[in-house]
Amino acid sequence: MPGFFSPFITKPVSVSQIMLNVMLALIPGIAIYVWYFGPAILISLTLASLTALSVEALMLKIQNKPIAPFLKDNTALLTAWLLALSIPPLAPWWLVVVGTAFAISISKHLYGGLGNNPFNPAMIGYAVLIISFPVHMTHWLSPNGLGAISLSFMDQLNYIFQGTLPAGVKLDAITMATPLDTLKTQLHLNGQVKEILDMPIYGRLAGHGSEWVAAGFLLGGIYLIAKRIISWHLPVAYLTTLFIIAGIFHLIDPTHYVTPMFHLFSGAAMIGAFFILTDPVTSPTTPKGKWLFAFGAGLLTYLIRTFGGFPDGMAFATLLMNICVPLIDAYTQPKVFGKKEKRS
Amino acid sequence: MRKLHQFHGGIHPPTNKAQSNQTPIVQANLPSKLTIPLHQHVGNSAVPAVEIGQHVLKGQLIGCAEGNLSSSVHASTSGMIAAIDKQLVANSSGLPELCITLIPDGRDEWIELDPCLDWLECTHSELRLKLRKAGVVGLGGAVFPSDMKLHASQQKIKTLVLNGAECEPYITCDDLLMRERAAEILEGAQIMRALLSTEEILIGIEDNKPEAISAMRAAVLEGKYQGIEVIAVPTVYPGGGAKQLIRVLTGIEVAAGVRSTNLGVQCFNVGTAYSTWRAIRFGEPLISRIVTVTGNVSHPQNFEVLIGTPMDELVAHAAPLNGTRYYIMGGPMMGVPMPSMQVGVIKATNCIIAASKEIFPPAQPALPCIRCTRCADACPAELQPQELYWFAKAKNFDKAEDYHLFDCIECGACSYVCPSNIPLVQYYRFAKSEIWAQEANQKAADTARERHEFRESRIEREKREKAEKLAAKEKAASAAKTQRTEQPPTLVKTDVNPEDTLQLKIQTAIDHAKEQAAAIKPLNTEQLTPAQQAQIDEIEAQRARIREMALAPVADHTKG
Ligand code: SF4
Ligand code: SF4
Repeated sequence: MPGFFSPFITKPVSVSQIMLNVMLALIPGIAIYVWYFGPAILISLTLASLTALSVEALMLKIQNKPIAPFLKDNTALLTAWLLALSIPPLAPWWLVVVGTAFAISISKHLYGGLGNNPFNPAMIGYAVLIISFPVHMTHWLSPNGLGAISLSFMDQLNYIFQGTLPAGVKLDAITMATPLDTLKTQLHLNGQVKEILDMPIYGRLAGHGSEWVAAGFLLGGIYLIAKRIISWHLPVAYLTTLFIIAGIFHLIDPTHYVTPMFHLFSGAAMIGAFFILTDPVTSPTTPKGKWLFAFGAGLLTYLIRTFGGFPDGMAFATLLMNICVPLIDAYTQPKVFGKKEKRS
Repeated sequence: MRKLHQFHGGIHPPTNKAQSNQTPIVQANLPSKLTIPLHQHVGNSAVPAVEIGQHVLKGQLIGCAEGNLSSSVHASTSGMIAAIDKQLVANSSGLPELCITLIPDGRDEWIELDPCLDWLECTHSELRLKLRKAGVVGLGGAVFPSDMKLHASQQKIKTLVLNGAECEPYITCDDLLMRERAAEILEGAQIMRALLSTEEILIGIEDNKPEAISAMRAAVLEGKYQGIEVIAVPTVYPGGGAKQLIRVLTGIEVAAGVRSTNLGVQCFNVGTAYSTWRAIRFGEPLISRIVTVTGNVSHPQNFEVLIGTPMDELVAHAAPLNGTRYYIMGGPMMGVPMPSMQVGVIKATNCIIAASKEIFPPAQPALPCIRCTRCADACPAELQPQELYWFAKAKNFDKAEDYHLFDCIECGACSYVCPSNIPLVQYYRFAKSEIWAQEANQKAADTARERHEFRESRIEREKREKAEKLAAKEKAASAAKTQRTEQPPTLVKTDVNPEDTLQLKIQTAIDHAKEQAAAIKPLNTEQLTPAQQAQIDEIEAQRARIREMALAPVADHTKG
């Protein structure tokens, strides 16, 4: 019977469902984000989503690929969300649009589209923005109750789309550097960890508010593992590496190096561990390779954060490790059935 | 409790067995005709032993085994031979093969059989000969001639594994056979144990068949058998693959291209053990088997079916429903779509699934691979299917072999889990067939060169041969004259000897050249099992179609 071949049944799981689940898992983190920082992030998420879908459609059309099946796969949307979550929510609208458009068109489609891009598109988008627009990328909203003034949703909208603030309000009054950034600056000024962490922007473990957002992503990550959407290896290996290295430095000199928990709950560590490193397209496929990849990313994150020029190292660590993936895969091919060293 | 081992990967598709295992095995009615292919087994096709118009009895030999690796074919009932010609058969290639068409006379009259009341009195070679004459082959799907697998080897074979796992969804024929004919299966296993001189018999049955497990256990107790253990193994596809079952029961991993007997294990399907018993004890040739008829029918169940029964006549017993588009022989994971609904049931037919759109919805268009490694997590051979896919698609066959393409058992677990709906196994079949084709070409070239090289020497040799033969004959004749009364037998020998040694020399030379040619070839394919070798022809026919598909899958526009 031509045209039919085994297996005749398939597991009812599609790329589209997988990506949808990953997006679902982001929601607790996003909800906590809104709780602490106001609804501006929802605007960036929407903007990024619309941009991603239109650019994806355009790129597919240009390349004469079928549009519907690819648009439905939800991968562009996920990229959009991950990028939006790494841009300051109060950033001007064009920043989000430019970043997303770049991520989808250049780093995804120019490299062959779904499944072929060597670099995580969201992280490329982030890297491009932070290098091109460093100032815009560091104006983070203060958590509710911490800034001198809190903006209403309308005020936030106004600022994002028109760049105008209510009369008398200065940008500095509503934004601040991230907890990681502040730490870095203060250490430069010869501050001591203990005093720095007494500043109001810090909470129990890490940044006030942002530590809870990280906890939200952790929760989502656990959901993904429980649903077997991702395997536990990458996130656990990454977070463990980060924890151990930070722990070693902290033990050596606690006045200079913050606690390992601070590192886990700061910046992009949590979202990175569960949502960015685990991007299947840009991570290794072999079990050993996954360990190596996560270990490298953890190490690089710490080094960039502590000794590098950028406040957070997650994005660059990911990109650097992405480069190594083909090599890692090639050198970590597992032994096949019956051909292991020792026959049991 | 025996310690069970695990194999990597595996999947849990819906088993869909409950539909067909609720009622006992039913004897299928005599069909209007029987189409019996002469090539139902691994190895050489049998050659017709009857003529058109001849009347045959049930169990009469109609196809003679040809060569070492071959098997006999028998008339499934009494009747008239109506045709000996090429017909569509139950294979995946859709290529017609030589079949004997038998019109039953309705009397179902047996030929005189040669029963054996106490097989312990037979020698091992007698037993093997009986099996060979009875056309007993592996009924688990591999259809390898059983007598060939029942040799004790230099390596001690410690374990005989009986495979009652039946891991494929929908199929329940072994389940029912074990429930209803447990004692006879065990008797067959005893014969196998004697032939292999193994110590223990391990019978692996998936734990979703509690009735079969208890029936077999009861039979072991009742027969007071020693060294037979019935073991419930976890239900996971493909846990019934021979390699996987051996691994689960013994912990031994039989790599591709390695004989399990070299590692001290031999494995047979429970149905084969049953047929072995019938063949030895009653002298019954293999002319029927249990077939599950399921899918788009209102009474799915198991039938005892005469080999050669047209599938549609069989399915008619199960009250077929509308909407059947084609039949699948085997299960939904590794089964083969039938080229026509009229093809005859063969020894390998364990199950017929009437396939409708509802039961097996058409595949979704494939998306590019997202490297999610769900396939690698599911692969029982511990391969990296996503890499194999990439290489097969790019026609980078050397690389595919480096990544162990030929260790793939085509179980389909990878295709099953792939979220991008990529027909991965099809790509592997395509790659394998391309490599086999290349090698066949290479072989043809080698043979041509070989011929050329030996041409000159052959002419020489033939001259010499003639001369020597003549000389030998003359010598023998004169010797016979003088010593006729003393040693006649040795005289005949001297007549043949010079020729033989010469032939031997030539053969050695050819073999040597062949070895040299083979040494250049890739390792993987050198160790083809006869089963794989037999697949080549079939796959060959599929190549064009698969190639087309591989080049232009629906929505797949990845590079390469
Ligand atoms: S399951 Fe499919 S998409 Fe995932 S890695 Fe394997 S081939 Fe690629
Ligand atoms: S078909 Fe081959 S590659 Fe796919 S899971 Fe089975 S053994 Fe592995």
